[in-house]
Amino acid sequence: MMNRKFDNRKYLIGLMAVLVVFVYICRLFQLQVLDKGYRESADNNALLYRTVYPMRGSLIDRKGRYVVTNQPAYDIMVTLKLVHDLDTLDFCSSLGITKAEFDASMAAIRDLRRNPGYSRYTRQLFMSQLSAAEISNLKQELYRFPGFEIENRTIRRYEYEAGALMLGDLGEVSKIDIEKDPYYEKGDFMGKQGIEKFYENVLRGEKGVEVLLRDARGRIQGSYRDGILDREAVPGQDLQLGVDIELQQLGEMLMQNKIGSIVAIEPATGEILCMVSAPSYLPSELTGRHRGENFSRLAARYDKPLLNRPIQGTYPPGSTFKTAQALTFLQEEIIDENTMYNCSKGFRFGRLKVGCHAHAAPLSLIPAIATSCNGFFCWGYYYMIGAEKYGSPQKALTVWKDYMVDMGFGYQLGVDLPGEARGMIPNADYYDRHYRRSWNGLTIISNAIGQGEVSLTPLQIANLGATIANRGYYITPHVVRAGQPGQADSTYVKRHYVNVDTCQYNLVVQGMRKSVIDGTCHAANTPDYEVCGKTGTAENRGKDHSVFMGFAPMDNPQIAIAVYVENGGFGAVYGVPIGALMIEQYMNGCLSEESQRKAVEMSQRVIDYGESKR
Amino acid sequence: MGSRNVDIIRNIDWITILLVLAITVCGWFSIVGSSSESFSTELLSFSTRPGKQLVWMLCAVVLAVIVTSVTQLFYNSYSYIIYGAMMLLLVATLFLAHEHKGSRSWLDIGPVSLQPAEFAKFATALALAKFADKYNFNTHDLGDIVKAGGLILLPMAIIILQNETGSALVYFAFVFVLFREGLTGFVLYLGVMAVIIFIVALKYAGVPVGSMPFSVGKFAVLLMIGLLIPAMSWFLQRDRRTSLILLLVVVAGTTAGLLFSGLVIPFDVTRLQMVLTVGISLFLVFLSFRAIARKYLIVAGISLLGVAYLYSVDYMFNDILQDHQRSRINVILGLEDDPKAAGYNVNQSMIAIGSGGFAGKGFMQGTQTRLKYVPEQDTDFIFCTVGEEQGFLGSSFVLLLYLALILRLLFLAERQPSVFGRVYGYSVLCILLFHVFVNVGMVLGITPVIGIPLPFFSYGGSSLWGFTILLSIFLRIDAERLASY
Repeated sequence: MMNRKFDNRKYLIGLMAVLVVFVYICRLFQLQVLDKGYRESADNNALLYRTVYPMRGSLIDRKGRYVVTNQPAYDIMVTLKLVHDLDTLDFCSSLGITKAEFDASMAAIRDLRRNPGYSRYTRQLFMSQLSAAEISNLKQELYRFPGFEIENRTIRRYEYEAGALMLGDLGEVSKIDIEKDPYYEKGDFMGKQGIEKFYENVLRGEKGVEVLLRDARGRIQGSYRDGILDREAVPGQDLQLGVDIELQQLGEMLMQNKIGSIVAIEPATGEILCMVSAPSYLPSELTGRHRGENFSRLAARYDKPLLNRPIQGTYPPGSTFKTAQALTFLQEEIIDENTMYNCSKGFRFGRLKVGCHAHAAPLSLIPAIATSCNGFFCWGYYYMIGAEKYGSPQKALTVWKDYMVDMGFGYQLGVDLPGEARGMIPNADYYDRHYRRSWNGLTIISNAIGQGEVSLTPLQIANLGATIANRGYYITPHVVRAGQPGQADSTYVKRHYVNVDTCQYNLVVQGMRKSVIDGTCHAANTPDYEVCGKTGTAENRGKDHSVFMGFAPMDNPQIAIAVYVENGGFGAVYGVPIGALMIEQYMNGCLSEESQRKAVEMSQRVIDYGESKR
Repeated sequence: MGSRNVDIIRNIDWITILLVLAITVCGWFSIVGSSSESFSTELLSFSTRPGKQLVWMLCAVVLAVIVTSVTQLFYNSYSYIIYGAMMLLLVATLFLAHEHKGSRSWLDIGPVSLQPAEFAKFATALALAKFADKYNFNTHDLGDIVKAGGLILLPMAIIILQNETGSALVYFAFVFVLFREGLTGFVLYLGVMAVIIFIVALKYAGVPVGSMPFSVGKFAVLLMIGLLIPAMSWFLQRDRRTSLILLLVVVAGTTAGLLFSGLVIPFDVTRLQMVLTVGISLFLVFLSFRAIARKYLIVAGISLLGVAYLYSVDYMFNDILQDHQRSRINVILGLEDDPKAAGYNVNQSMIAIGSGGFAGKGFMQGTQTRLKYVPEQDTDFIFCTVGEEQGFLGSSFVLLLYLALILRLLFLAERQPSVFGRVYGYSVLCILLFHVFVNVGMVLGITPVIGIPLPFFSYGGSSLWGFTILLSIFLRIDAERLASY
């Protein structure tokens, strides 16, 4: 009864079984041995690398006062896969946002162009950097909104609302930042301006990482292999500034309603004591969730509050520049202490005239500085450029230019802040191009009095003051004290000697002292300490700029200062009184009652710039 | 029935038992490995899945002892009754079952739920074996084939009504049993053809031929049918002249149509192909009567059937299949690429397996399975756990265990003196092979996602007990094979 006819079909069926298993083992080999990508995919699924953000370093002023610290902020995260039964309006009212803002945030999360890492299964940033107050309602009701979480972050806290541009701010890293430095990831914050930017690597610390296991529904299931791959965050280092934050505050108060700069330097160390840029803004305006809109508003303003004028503004130095000329002429033996030049209400040569004000004439160097005589310095410059010993005006100008550069003009000084401008010291090539080689001292006579093609940053003017105070050297100005991390070893310690003898400096100091005692800086005179000063009244297209450069005390100077008030008129109008108050504050640690009254009055003085001026 | 007592301990095939035990133990450890709990004695409590599975396994041993201690004469004599009872149970389930994930296949009996479909397999195998065992059973007798087909299709139909399409497909395995018994290979050939037509027609349904108004899918299938006509004619009738003429007509007709459509006026060449195919078929019918070459009738029938099938595939696909089945097929065909939806499971299971590497991540170290990225990680997708935690070595080992078991069963089936024993044995091994083929294939991204368990391996009492009974009956039949003479 058994039919044996189809017996060899058993081989066919057996072969089928062998074939299936063989093909499957080949497939396993392909998936498990040949293809290495799956391990990574599995890790991407299951391992959540949660960044542990380090505490950013604080900034401390020269008197040990904490200027910039950290405060808690909160990010709202959302995992869309876990969101269900969301009452949007209820959620919005808990958070105090509008439906439109909610929709915009959600659209931003889902926009793959702006958010390439989008996934319904992973946590996405819904709103960032909310304050404890903004979050408090939501925090209590969070249980009603599954899928939403609150994550702790920190943002900057400003103990003194001053020094915004110098201190800088933190902003979210851009694509370019991430490309430049793989340390950063999307959503990180980094310094965008000022000290925060320059010392980013010191302040930021080192991010840590926690490797967590995440299940398919996005829930954390504990740490991966007992944290064997975790790395603790290294907090950022605190930085000690040379800045006196109270001096900074006073400076900002005095500069209210004006445009300009104040820079003060401790001559012996090169430490910047204050760096006021006016107009300014409150540093806290660029923190938290309103940063974006505030930034746009500031960027759009006609008076450019985001321009750090002390290092980014370049101006004609005006008469403060005469001190540098005096040093050059003395060193080059164009003049000596007793050389007298005439000044008949200015420098006259043929049809050329550089005006001056009424004073006794002819006169020698010290009274020339004290009275800020234009004629004296024009003659000096004229004789120098025309001096036979150089052979040609080109060669003479080159010698002059070298002195200027040696004093720190024409190039960046190297301050520890980003974006420093270099200013302008013209050289022979420059004039050869402009005048087809036919020029002489008369053509460029304006340089002698800090006009013409010359331009300096307020920091360079202050540094000139510090160099004179030091009688011939300066240390590269810096806001963070020397010896702090993030600086090259000797940059902010090394003395830079100017190639002019100390005795020449002493003459200029005498001139500046006389200027305070009975010259243009008379208002800065005080019995408490010997102030030296030099005014400047820089001509420009509009009303003159009011400039003051000075230092105090004359011997063993503690502070050198430059005040630059745009369109303030004569140096004596704004520059000198502001400089005097600043010096008093720094020398005495406070202002006398009368000075306080003067300071309030000064802060209320308004210079009308007109909205469309710039 | 106990007149001839068999020493079951001595005669039972211990090799099969050892292989099954090995597979079951591997399965249990995989269930442990895929559970999200930590390894502790808690795993042995009834509240966890490994704990429950342990209980199912002990029950299965008891079940095996009971089943193997009943003489094969019982199964032989009562096979139709068992079959009938099981069909009634399947129908009853349809009405009594509570709905679970869209399927009505689970019966609640006290604290446990059973899936009668798992037990219908052995009943069907018994009935088919009994039927094939009758005196004049002939696989070339259309009546016998229809009756045998009925025995297979009845449980299939009920199970499809229960919405367990996957479990129903398993009954296709019986076709191979009949094949062993002499069923013409033409049936397998037709089956393969049907699958190929289905895939080609759907996969290239949206791809136009050049700028002409018809799809590559339809055109290719019709061309295939057209070329198969002369091939089949030659194979069946061995008339060289007629076959060559047929080939020439098909090739020339199609080429002419293509050229005209491409160069003169674009038209739907597939219509021409269809007319051509139908015309040739009618000619063959005519020929079969005139030249008394009856086999041309078969060729004509098949090609007409093929054309009809092609035109109904579209309809089937769009109107018969359910959404999730359609999208699974689309994913398998590479037409849909949606790693978060239908393809998610396959994608995740391939990641799980691929990430295991050569030696695996280690027992209970699989992140894909333990963190539930792979769905059903201890039932239908349990092979992922092996692949991820035990790597290439472990998963190959498991596959080889299955191969050894299947080949051992093939050997046992072939040594049966009775058609009853052999057909039953082949039923067991074909069902096992089908399960392994579909289940592992699905996890490896080769076969469509059809939810059927890995025998003796996946978590679940019904499946384990169903296979235990299925196999134990065969072991009893085998142990008694010599005693029956």
